[in-house]
This record gives sequence, C-alpha cells and structure tokens, in this order.
Amino acid sequence: MNAIQTDAETLTRLHARLESDAARDSLLDVTYRTIDTPLGTLLLASTERGLVRVAYAIENHDRVLDTLATKVSPRILRSPRRLDDTARELDEYFAGARTSFDLPLDFTLSHGFRRSVLDHLPQIEFGHTESYAQVAQAAGSPRAVRAVGTACATNPLPLVVPCHRVVRSDGSYGQYAGGAEAKRMLLQMEASRLAA
Amino acid sequence: MEMKKPFERIVADHGATVLRVCRAVLGPHDADDAWSETFLAALKAYPALPDDANVEAWLVTIAHRKAIDVTRARSRHAIPVAEVPDRASTIGVPGEGDTELWDAVKNLPAKQRQAIAYHYVAGLPYADVAAILNGSTDAARRAAADGIKTLRATYPDVFQTGETR
Repeated sequence: MNAIQTDAETLTRLHARLESDAARDSLLDVTYRTIDTPLGTLLLASTERGLVRVAYAIENHDRVLDTLATKVSPRILRSPRRLDDTARELDEYFAGARTSFDLPLDFTLSHGFRRSVLDHLPQIEFGHTESYAQVAQAAGSPRAVRAVGTACATNPLPLVVPCHRVVRSDGSYGQYAGGAEAKRMLLQMEASRLAA
Repeated sequence: MEMKKPFERIVADHGATVLRVCRAVLGPHDADDAWSETFLAALKAYPALPDDANVEAWLVTIAHRKAIDVTRARSRHAIPVAEVPDRASTIGVPGEGDTELWDAVKNLPAKQRQAIAYHYVAGLPYADVAAILNGSTDAARRAAADGIKTLRATYPDVFQTGETR
C-alpha cells in the first residue's frame, strides 16, 4: 500500500518533469487541462499557436482528445502550460467580470465557410444575439442559413467564439454543442448582466 | 482503422510499468532519469510509430537503451571516494521488502537483471526480450532463470510470499 502511494507520487513528479522537458524540446504539440464552471467541466486544449479546442462534458472529453490526436497531433500531454490565461478569462466571464475574450486562437479544426462564420461571431457583442440568417449574410452567403447552423454546431471553440449568441429567427434559442439548456443559461446570464 | 491514442494515455497506461522496469535494471536512484529519457524519446518518435505496434514492447526497448546510456554516463562521471555519502531517497520511503528486492536484483549480472525486468516486470514474452537483448529466445529464458535462481538462493525472504512460476 505504502509502495503504491509512493509510485503514484513519483509518477506525478515524473509527469511534471516530462512536461517541462517536452516544452523545452518543442514536443508539446497539444496541451490540455479541465476547469470547473457553472456549465460543468470544460476541456481546454492548446497548441503553440493558441487555444484550439473548448469542449463540454457532454461532447465526451476522451473522444475529443482522440479527435485532436488524429486531426492535430498525437503528441498530447495533460499540462496547465499555455492554458493559464484561458482558464482565468473563462473564470472571469462566468463571474461576470468579463464580456469578451482576448486570447490567441488556433482555427486548425475549422475550414472554409465554417471558418468565415466563426470569424464573424466575435462581433456579436455580449448580451446580444443574431439570427442564423443574419450571420449567413454577414459571412457573405445569405442563402447558407443551414450551413451557419452546422458551423455553429461544430464550433471547436464554444464560449470563446460565441456561437451561443446565434438564435433562430423566431427568437427561440435553437441547438448548442453544450446542450440547449446551457445555451439558455448563457443567454439569460448575459442578458441579466447587461440589464444590471 | 486503429487510431493513434493521445500520448497522455500512453503515459497513463504504461508509466508505472516502465518505472518498475527502470528500477529493476538500474535501481531506484537512476530509474527516474531513465524513465524521463524514455518517455521524452517516445514522445518524439510517437507520431511515426505504426498504429498496430506493441506499445509496451516499444517503450521497454527504448527504456533498455536509455538505461544503458544512464549507466555509461554514471560510470564516466563517477569519482572514486573513500566513503559513499548517504543520499536522499528519490522515491520516498520504500517498503522493507522493496529495498531488499532492489538490492538483490542490483547484484545480478546485467543480462540477468534485464531479462528478469523485461519478462517478469514488463510481462514481455521471451521472444520480445530476446529481440531487445539482441540474442536468442533460449538465451533470454536462461538468463532470467539463472537470475531468479540466484535471487531465490541468496534472498529467500524476498520470495517467501512470491509465486513459484
């Protein structure tokens, strides 16, 4: 029992050493950590270029990491490196002390029209919404309303790239990667902060 | 198609075994360095590893080379002293039995130590052990058997609760 405990401590220390050695040798292609938020545990993943993925628990974090291994790099280690700013800004956002994010982003996981949609989303301000049709127009393809829906549903950086601010033309919330309930909570939180 | 796992899972699944292998081959003091070198080299080479490769055998093969590097570096830098100074344990306070076992294994010839570590600690079949040691399967099996025999004869206490395979 004692020996098992000792092994676990040694392995924790060796893991930390591996993180710094790998960073020194530029082998840390992807780092990740989790944070606890009012919307559950979020997975945050970063490359050397910036934040590459934010994932809700219902997206299945193991599967998200598998996808990162395939689409970005299998050199993935759990490490807080490069993610301190992201964690802090998200904490501030949920605490009501932040209305926009100021983080380097890596859009490796998003291409083409979807990427144009994501580029537009940060222009929708905290507490405001746009319809899928308005976003389609802004992204340069007024008829691509459904494609906007897909772009929002596959947004690799929810919250930071605010796809939750895109709603149906009739004002109902519509779908969300973190679940419809999470979207409702976010929009109500932002609206109430704005009113306060 | 088999997909490549995130490297973090490789560390989680095999880190403890590789640590035990490094300790068996090098003793507890140098095991940490060998473990670190092994996983750093593995991380570097990982994207090119075939998807169907036996990850544990691959890691033990790297650990084998890194252990040799650590041993060589140690002997190059070793300065003879009249008395060996006490040194803080890098693995906390191991159980009594563990210490005896490390001592027992440490005194075996290198080949026997390696064969025991790779077969009994890592659980590799003798064919894989032979490939790592650059010899025949029979030679690997004999080295492990000879080592176990010495351990049994010299340190019967270590084996009193052990299995008899």
